[in-house]
Amino acid sequence: MTLMESFGSAATLVPPAGRPLVEVRDLGVSFVSREATVKAVNGVSFELMPGEVLCIIGESGSGKSVTMRSLMRLHPKRRTVMSGSMRVGDHDILSLSDREMNSIRGRTVSMVFQEPMTALDPVYSIGDQIAETVMRHEKCSRADAMKRALELLEFVKVPSPERRLKAFPHELSGGLRQRAMIAVALSCRPSLLLADEPTTALDATVQIQVLILLRKLQKEFGMAIILVTHDLGVAAQIADKVAVMYAGRIVEYGKVRDVLMNPAHPYTRGMLASTVHGQAKNTEIETIPGSPPDLRFLPPGCSFSPRCKYVLPECIAAVPPPIANGPDQVARCIRVGELPQTVRAGVA
Amino acid sequence: MTDMTVGSGFDAGPVPERAPEQRVRGYWQTVWQKLRYDYVTLFFMALIALIILSAVFAPLLAPIDPYKSSMVYRLKPIGYKQFILGTDEQGRDMLSRLLYGGRVSLTMGIVPVVLATSIGGLLGVLAGYLGGRPNTIIMRTMDVFFAFPSVLLAVAISGSLGNGIPNQLLTLTVVMIPPLCRVAETATSQIRGMDFVDAARASGASMPSILFRHVLINAISPVLVYASTLVSACILLASGLSFLGLGVPPPTPDWGLMLSTLRQAIYVQPLVCALPGVAILITSVAFNLVSDGLRQAMDVKG
Amino acid sequence: MRKAKSPLQTVPPGHPNDRGGKAQPMLIVEDLRKYFPIHAGPLNRKVAEVKAVDGISFSVVKGETLGVVGESGCGKSTMARLLMHLMPKDTGHLIFDGDAVAEPTGISLRELRRNLQMVFQDSYSSLNPRLPIEESIAYGPCVHGAKRAEAKAIARDLLEKVGLRPELFGARYPHELSGGQKQRVNIARALALNPRMLILDEAVSALDKSVEAQVLQLLGYLKRHFNLTYMFISHDLHVVQYISDRVLVMYLGQIVEIGPVDEIYNSPRHPYTRALLNSRLSMDPDERVETAPLVGDPPNPIDPPSGCRFRTRCPFAEEVCAANAPPLGRSSSPLDHLAACHMAHEGSGHSRANQSPAILRPSIPPVAAPVQRIHA
Repeated sequence: MTLMESFGSAATLVPPAGRPLVEVRDLGVSFVSREATVKAVNGVSFELMPGEVLCIIGESGSGKSVTMRSLMRLHPKRRTVMSGSMRVGDHDILSLSDREMNSIRGRTVSMVFQEPMTALDPVYSIGDQIAETVMRHEKCSRADAMKRALELLEFVKVPSPERRLKAFPHELSGGLRQRAMIAVALSCRPSLLLADEPTTALDATVQIQVLILLRKLQKEFGMAIILVTHDLGVAAQIADKVAVMYAGRIVEYGKVRDVLMNPAHPYTRGMLASTVHGQAKNTEIETIPGSPPDLRFLPPGCSFSPRCKYVLPECIAAVPPPIANGPDQVARCIRVGELPQTVRAGVA
Repeated sequence: MTDMTVGSGFDAGPVPERAPEQRVRGYWQTVWQKLRYDYVTLFFMALIALIILSAVFAPLLAPIDPYKSSMVYRLKPIGYKQFILGTDEQGRDMLSRLLYGGRVSLTMGIVPVVLATSIGGLLGVLAGYLGGRPNTIIMRTMDVFFAFPSVLLAVAISGSLGNGIPNQLLTLTVVMIPPLCRVAETATSQIRGMDFVDAARASGASMPSILFRHVLINAISPVLVYASTLVSACILLASGLSFLGLGVPPPTPDWGLMLSTLRQAIYVQPLVCALPGVAILITSVAFNLVSDGLRQAMDVKG
Repeated sequence: MRKAKSPLQTVPPGHPNDRGGKAQPMLIVEDLRKYFPIHAGPLNRKVAEVKAVDGISFSVVKGETLGVVGESGCGKSTMARLLMHLMPKDTGHLIFDGDAVAEPTGISLRELRRNLQMVFQDSYSSLNPRLPIEESIAYGPCVHGAKRAEAKAIARDLLEKVGLRPELFGARYPHELSGGQKQRVNIARALALNPRMLILDEAVSALDKSVEAQVLQLLGYLKRHFNLTYMFISHDLHVVQYISDRVLVMYLGQIVEIGPVDEIYNSPRHPYTRALLNSRLSMDPDERVETAPLVGDPPNPIDPPSGCRFRTRCPFAEEVCAANAPPLGRSSSPLDHLAACHMAHEGSGHSRANQSPAILRPSIPPVAAPVQRIHA
């Protein structure tokens, strides 16, 4: 298959075995305006090996999208203060010049957005949009780029791709648009694909198709994926690792099975319990009382402490460090291990 | 609330929300909070206030009668004897004439916009809310006016009506109605599709009640912002008409007319001749910048 | 297959405005139809129609929650707006508690709107951004002739009931509230006229999961407290299963299946319902779906397929499916389980028509065990 051959060179971008593809250390992102400073991300660290899928789970305002967009430096420059360090492949993201950053975008790191209708340009055909990215990064002829675009559309399983190549975004259905956007994102064989709620706007029957497709592409190309979602079901379908974010911090991190089936942090447990998922009628769903904190005025200590039923005075004094719960799971909760046995073991 | 039970009793009703400490601010208060730190807009608002005040109190401020001409002191430079800003081609004091001219020019800028905002805004809101045939009738009529360049339209109307202040006001109002109507129609038809309007309809409210209580207060900010940009356009247009001799008749002091009559003397006293133009420029720039600031401040997320 | 203790048989104690009695359905919808014309060309002529709602009939039993599911474009939101008379319908009759709506012998539209209200999806447009929320809630009673002070009192009482302290929240504007709080206000606004039935159009879909659970709990409480009947429109099959007594499945403007929730979820008769149920994502990473239950997107409602509208995506489609549209059938009781599929009707000409519905069982067994509470 010609496409697989052309994608074969992606291996050169992958660093030697054992070294993570992505390393984020103590990332902080604040948005500054005249009225207030919003601390959207407060010290996030994680690593991602080549070919791994990380799902960042969180509710609105947890900083999950901000964290991911930081990897592409997509925040408005003037109003954003970023600290810490981020490395993707051999690139130190925060010290790159704008020009260098642009050459990485689309080639090393590319992104799939939630709303393909607004993320695709309405005045260019799908083929043109894929070909443009290819030509910019690979300096090849237009005919070659169009050939590649056709291969990509075939690859993301768009039916009758020759016809769709000339189609405009508004002429496609939601599922096809999302496939087309994945094709645009894959056009320069990125080693890291960022996906921001890629299936949230899709219908259930289409969502599952797109998730299966993403999983297949990831396996075949060996790309790493960071996928941001609020849907635990999506994470269960696709993730290798899961990071749960709350108020700009990762409160729990580990292998998908450990985190979803044996959650250690009270927030993760609360979120799993409050997700409506086959609970019997007329039984009460658990809820987490209250609402997430205002990111302008974060409480000292654990940000979940005002809503946590296991709260101790120590929780309010200082931000809890990540504490291991088994070999592959950490949680920022000083009571890891002390909490009652897990909720979900019985369900599975 | 320290006793954090997860969930409430099955029939105990909802858990009361804990309210974060937060000041409660209305829309206009929020707008003001934003404006308060926007020093550029505040400065130009103050400048506009100064210009308006100086026009209103022109009789008190003007050092010399603006109509008093003198063959001796014709086209004197800035700072010549008692003439702080020099004199024009008939020896009249420029400062006094600029102050008095502001009265006419500002009236020409503001009054037609206010009239056009009420008439055009109302038509636009009706067209936007009713949709269908009324919309077609109103908006296609507006399109007829849109087909002419605004200057040409103004020249045509004031040419047929004759000059004089009331006729010029009428002309400018007619010219300003179509754009305002269009903005109001766009804003209204967007709001009409929103869920809260449907919710009001679902509660059985009558059309006027919905229009005033729900549509108008939401459509008004884009219309006001647009109207404030039109003030400067209107001043320029009025000056242009006066310059062409279609506006106020001489010897009434008016910035546009002054510019027109002084232009022959441009090689004699270039600085003095430029003064009415500078006044027009400052005023229209001030109005434009204020409306920019207003647009940013009024962009409050619902 | 009637169960011993169905929630439907425990009709709640009567509402003061009850007219038809317990057995009378709250709402009967007959042959509701709405086509949107598409104009194009230089003369703005009608070139096509979107068949958004195409002849649907069903009834809503008093005191029940009827879940309505379907994908985007299936016409569920249009149906809600037609029932609320927010847009004119092409054909159809509505009978509210025994009275025909907006017909000479029946009740007026105004009367209907006192009794039937709608909760919109939480979005930036669901509440008037320039009104304090108290005023938004008090607006309905004011329209219906309540004095200002009375309406204010109703609003404050309802704010309390939906879990927002009126002294803290009453004077706030929508942009000062979180999504969950706004949705509580939306619910309070719908309750301000003391209605008997609420249409909840994707009322929890835009909320975060933990907030969604809070609002669902609130809806349960209000239903018992005010003797309400719900029509719960959602695309989230988990939530619909949790909250509904009966479920109605729509596809391209038509009802494909309707019946009690357990029957629909345990033994769906229509292949579309089955595909929808199989598209639910499990929260167990070991239960990954390898093959999608359906391929492609729903067809365009402008030009729906002939016969059965689902046949283009249906793995069991045969000639008979293209030839004639399968009827849903008439129900003798609201508890009947009906499916508009040739396979569900004997003698329809479909080769699988005589097989037991077991072959259509979902491949993922439904998770039956309730999630236990965290605290010991």
